[in-house]
Amino acid sequence: MYSTSSLRKSLSIAKKDLRIYYGKGPVVIFGILLPFFFFFSFLIGRELPPLSLIAGLGGMAIWFTATSISPVIAPMETRTRTLERLVSMPLTVFEMLFGDILASMTMGITLSGIPIAIIAFILNLNLVDPLPFLLGLIFGSFCFSSIGILLSALPTDTPSDVMMLALLVKFPVVFVSGVFMPPDKLPGWAIIISDFSPLTYFVNLVRVSFGGSGQAWLNLGILVLFSTFFFLTAISLHTRTLPKRL
Amino acid sequence: MSAIEAKKLVKEFDDLRAVDEVSFTVNEGEIFGFLGPNGAGKTTTTRMITGVLKPDAGTATIEGIDVVQNPTRAKELIGIAPEEANAYLDLTARGNMNLAGEIYGVPGKKLRKKVNGLLDTFGLLGRADSKVKGFSKGMKQRLILAMALINDPGILFLDEPTAGLDVESQRLIKDRIRTLNRKGKTIFLTTHNIEEADRLCDRVAVINNGKIAAIDSPEKLKATIQSTQSVLVSFNKMNFDRARLEELTSVEEIEKEGDKLRLYGSHPENIIEEIVDFARKESVKLVSLNTTGPSLEETFTHLTKT
Repeated sequence: MYSTSSLRKSLSIAKKDLRIYYGKGPVVIFGILLPFFFFFSFLIGRELPPLSLIAGLGGMAIWFTATSISPVIAPMETRTRTLERLVSMPLTVFEMLFGDILASMTMGITLSGIPIAIIAFILNLNLVDPLPFLLGLIFGSFCFSSIGILLSALPTDTPSDVMMLALLVKFPVVFVSGVFMPPDKLPGWAIIISDFSPLTYFVNLVRVSFGGSGQAWLNLGILVLFSTFFFLTAISLHTRTLPKRL
Repeated sequence: MSAIEAKKLVKEFDDLRAVDEVSFTVNEGEIFGFLGPNGAGKTTTTRMITGVLKPDAGTATIEGIDVVQNPTRAKELIGIAPEEANAYLDLTARGNMNLAGEIYGVPGKKLRKKVNGLLDTFGLLGRADSKVKGFSKGMKQRLILAMALINDPGILFLDEPTAGLDVESQRLIKDRIRTLNRKGKTIFLTTHNIEEADRLCDRVAVINNGKIAAIDSPEKLKATIQSTQSVLVSFNKMNFDRARLEELTSVEEIEKEGDKLRLYGSHPENIIEEIVDFARKESVKLVSLNTTGPSLEETFTHLTKT
């Protein structure tokens, strides 16, 4: 059972992750630099409505930042053999992965919340639905961090193996989730795929929270379902592949 | 109640049975050596006992607590220093200690005191706030040992604690192991270093091909291979024909060891008589003469030769 003592252990793991992995190359490149330049290349020379702009920026920022740190932790800990030290301590896979997710969420919320606030200020957009937006930020980062953790269940000690797999997932998801254009303007096949992308619901939620049309709570609910699914799947896969990484 | 008990532990990887019905008990307060050649199943067995790996069959208990049924509780009772120095290189020594302490649930104020005390004991207090990446192998190993003691465990698992270390670090770690044992801690020592096991351990288990080949005190194990008793002799001059020594009826084999000769045979008392006669005939003087039983290394080789 997850208790307060479990939460304390998870927080210790999160603190450790933030201290160690924040400045690592793959995290900086794929979590900060890549979405920053990606966004500008998408922005320059196009006249976009403010709502599409903030939803696209918010979606891209949280997607890339929350999935930057989480796939790196497991292979790096395998390589440095710190993983064995962790599993030899009184720590469950659930507590350990939840700690990794908390670290990744911290990065996701910080590095997407700040640019969203700046763009909202510049474009003079009002946050009309703050509660679902804040919850969306939390569950969005939780969901995307869980996806990163899920990808790192691959039993390897080479971070680039997982990063490659992560890129294969990350880019297509951005293109079908309404980041660059609203999902209703996508081709038919892409609309079907976009329904299965959790990022779609986060982008919708941001758009609705800043005055766009749609149902904020419905999008949030679907995001919570995706979060639960990815987190539980990540725990199940890590439990299965952990012995191969020792 | 035994400190550690393994009952018919089995672990298979694909077609390989890495650990095959391994059973043993470790008593409270003893230093128990776990010896075996590479790939014999030492690490897999240790991982199963410490709750890191689930056995395919069999049980393991720590202070009576089943490590499979209740791994978290069992792990709270032990401290582990794995073979590789695997502290976080990007954290300071204090950061690593704090992380371990927080996971073991050591409360804040007590943790600070404990961290300083342990870093001092292992000669690392002066480098407490330096990142581990700048530490030597010996310093990392000492830190790992200090981390293993953060929860003041009654049982310590040490995996090759002195491997690859300089003499000073080896001595410091061995002294700490003895001190910890004197304070009542049970120590499970996995090692390749036969001499270390011989000097430190109350009992040793030898594992080979996934099976326990023998468990006993080092002296009793040595006594099991009487055929390799020997006489170590040195003469004032070595100008005689060695072939004549080989003709002695009680001598089965001769080995040169520096300026001495080791003569093997099942009856060392007869070898001594023949050597004295030989020295007289060859007009050489005996400088030293000692009878020795088999070393633990020889016993180990004998037990693991299949």
